[in-house]
Amino acid sequence: MSIRLFLPQDTTACALGANEVASALLAAAAERDMDIELVRNGSRGMFWLEPMLEVEEDHQRHAFGPLTTDDVDLLLRCLLDDLSVHPRYLGPTEAIPYLQQQQRLTFARAGIGDPLCLDTYTRLGGFKGLQRALQMDGQQIVDEVKSSGLRGRGGAAFPAGIKWQTVLDAQSAKGQKYIVCNADEGDSGTFADRLLMEADPYQLIEGMLIAGLAVGATRGFIYLRSEYPRAFKILQQAIERAEQAGYLGADICGSGKTFELEVRLGAGAYICGEETSLLDSLEGKRGMVRAKPPLPAIEGLFGQPTVVNNVLTLAAVTTVMAEGADYYQNYGMGRSRGTLSVQLAGNIQRGGLIELAFGATLRQVVEEFGGGTFSGRPVRAIQVGGPLGAYLPQQHWDTPLDYEAFAAIKAMLGHGGIVVFDDTVDMADQARFAMEFCAVESCGKCTPCRIGSVRGVEVIDKVRANVERDNNLILLRDLCDTMEAGSLCAMGGMTPYPVRSALDYFADDFQR
Amino acid sequence: MALSATQTATIASLIEAEAHRQGPLLPILHAVQQALGYIPADAVPTIAKALNLSRAEVHGVISFYHEFRTEPGGQTTVQVCRAEACQARGSRALEAHAKQALGLEYGETSADGSVTLEAVYCLGNCACGPSLRIADEVYARVDAGRFDQLLSRITGRGDAV
Ligand SMILES: Cc1cc2nc3c(=O)[nH]c(=O)nc-3n(C[C@H](O)[C@H](O)[C@H](O)COP(=O)(O)O)c2cc1C
Ligand code: SF4
Ligand code: FES
Repeated sequence: MSIRLFLPQDTTACALGANEVASALLAAAAERDMDIELVRNGSRGMFWLEPMLEVEEDHQRHAFGPLTTDDVDLLLRCLLDDLSVHPRYLGPTEAIPYLQQQQRLTFARAGIGDPLCLDTYTRLGGFKGLQRALQMDGQQIVDEVKSSGLRGRGGAAFPAGIKWQTVLDAQSAKGQKYIVCNADEGDSGTFADRLLMEADPYQLIEGMLIAGLAVGATRGFIYLRSEYPRAFKILQQAIERAEQAGYLGADICGSGKTFELEVRLGAGAYICGEETSLLDSLEGKRGMVRAKPPLPAIEGLFGQPTVVNNVLTLAAVTTVMAEGADYYQNYGMGRSRGTLSVQLAGNIQRGGLIELAFGATLRQVVEEFGGGTFSGRPVRAIQVGGPLGAYLPQQHWDTPLDYEAFAAIKAMLGHGGIVVFDDTVDMADQARFAMEFCAVESCGKCTPCRIGSVRGVEVIDKVRANVERDNNLILLRDLCDTMEAGSLCAMGGMTPYPVRSALDYFADDFQR
Repeated sequence: MALSATQTATIASLIEAEAHRQGPLLPILHAVQQALGYIPADAVPTIAKALNLSRAEVHGVISFYHEFRTEPGGQTTVQVCRAEACQARGSRALEAHAKQALGLEYGETSADGSVTLEAVYCLGNCACGPSLRIADEVYARVDAGRFDQLLSRITGRGDAV
C-alpha cells in the first residue's frame, strides 16, 4: 500500500527548501523501492516549521519539520517503523498548539490537500456557500452578509454588506457590473492573501461567485501583484478547472447564471492596492487615485457599478453563506465581527498565519504564538497594519486586536500584518523609510504626498546629522500635519502615522 | 535602435493575442516584456496604434509602473526585499552586501549582462526574511553567505562562494 505524504508548494515553504526536500524524498523512496505518494499541498501557515512534511496514518496527519534534505533518509525509515523516533517529529498536526489554539474559519482548509483538487475542496465543505446562494435572490444574500457584520479585510474595514447593497441598487447603463478582487497585498508583513490563494484558491473563486450572484455581476477580475508568480499560476489553473467543472462560465452549476473570471497582474506599484488606482490600472491606465465620489460601487471599473473587496473579505463570505450570518458574527468583539487573520512577521521566532476571533491582544499573539524574537533579544517596537501603520511600544501591547481599539491609539489593524522589531532597531531609520517609501510609491497626484515625502526624508537626514535638530524636528511634525490634511488617499494621509509614532514613542533615536 | 523583424513580428502577435481583453494594455506590456526582456521604445507606436491610444498615453503607463523596463535587463533579475518585515531581520545589511558583491546599484545591470539588481517591496515571505527573489523563485532567511552561494549559481562564478 502506498504511503501518502504531504509537502507544501507554498512560496515560503519553497523559499525554505521544500522543493529540494521533495526531490530528495522521491529519489530516496525510489532507491528503496518504497511506494509513496507525494501530494504538494498548501501550507498550514506555520512557517517556522516549513518545510513541514505530513504523513497520513489511520486517518490522522502527523507532522515533521522543519526538514532539510539530510532528514529524508531517517524519515523514510521511520515511516516503516515508528514515526515518533524522528528528531523532527512534531506529533499529530492538529494537536500542534499553534494550530490548535486558533479559530480557523477562512483558513480551515489551508494545507490539507492539493490546492487544485476540486474533490478535496468539495469534500471539505467547499461550494456549500455557493449552493445556498444559488437558492437565494440577490437581496437575501446581501442581507445575510450585512447581518454577519463582516467588514472589509483590506484595510479600511468598511462593512461589506453595505458596499454590496450599493452595487445591487446601482443601475448600470451598459447592463454590466463587476466584482474585483483586490489581491495586490502590498503591505509589508502580510501574506494571508497569498497563503489563501496558494492553498485554497477555490475559496476565493467561490466568494467572488457569491458576490456576483448577490449584486448581479457577471464578470470578475482578480488583480494580483506580480510579486506572487506562484499564486498567479495556481489561480490560473484553478480558474481553468472551475470552468471545466461548470462552476464558472455561462451556466454556473446548471443555474443559468453566468460568471466569467480572469486574473490580471499588477506591475510593481504599491498604490495600485488602493481601490480606485487599482481600477485605473485594470483599465490599462497609470494607477492614479481617483477622487471619491463617485464611489466605485456606483462608477467603478469602466464606469460601471463595481464591488472591490480584498481576498480575505471575499473568502469570509463563503463561511458566512455556508454556516450562516449568526455563526460568523458569534466570533469577535465590539463592531469587529468574525475572525482576523493575523500575520506574524519580522523578527519573530514562530512567524506565520494565526486566525483568531477579534479581541486577542497584541502581546498574546507575539509572545504566546510568536515565542518572542528570532534573534532572542527583547522586542522593542511592533508595527501593525503595514507601512502606513504606527510603531507601537510596550505600553500599547495589551491593546486588543479590534478596529476601534487600534484607532483609539492612532494605530490601525489594516490587513492584519504584525511586524516585530528587536532592540537593535533604529526608529529614526524606520521613520526615514516610511517617508522614502511614500516618495517611491506616491501616485503623484497630491503635492503634500509627492513632495512632502521627499522633504520628509531630507528633514530626517538633517535631524540625524544634528543640523538644527530642534527646528527640523518641529518642521517634521508640520510636514506630517500637512501630508495628513492635504492628501487624497491614505498613502500620503497616513505615512505620518509611523513617523509620528517613532517620534512620540522612541524620541531618543532622533537625538543620537 | 530599430526593432528586428522577429521582434516586430513577436510584438504584433502578442498584441493580437491580448487585444480582445477588456483593458488590454497591461497584459500586452507584460507579454512584450516577458518575450523580449524589455519594452523597446519602438514598440510604443505599434501598441498605441493597435489600442487607439496616443504614444504619450502608452509611454505614460510604461513609466508609471516600476516593473516595466525600456532597456534590456540582465539575463537574471535579482530582487532584494527592502520592506519593513525584512528590515527587522537584517535586510539593510543584505542590500549593502548585494550591492557591493555585484558592484551594482538598484536598477543597474552588470557589464557582462548576467545580472540586474532591483529593489522590491515585499514578496509575501515576511515571516522568514530577509527575502530575495531570483527569476521566479523566492529565497528565505538570506544572509551574505547565502547570497554569495545563490549568486555563484547564476553567474557560474566560483569566486563568490
Ligand atoms: C495606499 C493604499 C494601499 C492599499 N493596498 C491594499 C491592498 O494591497 N490590498 C487590499 O485589499 N486593499 C488595499 N487597500 C484598501 C483598498 O483601497 C480598499 O479599501 C479595499 O480593497 C476594499 O476591500 P475590502 O472592503 O474588502 O477591504 C489600500 C489602500 C490604500 C490607501
Ligand atoms: S495621497 Fe499620494 S498616493 Fe494618494 S492620491 Fe495623493 S499623491 Fe496619490
Ligand atoms: S517584507 Fe520582505 S517579504 Fe514581505
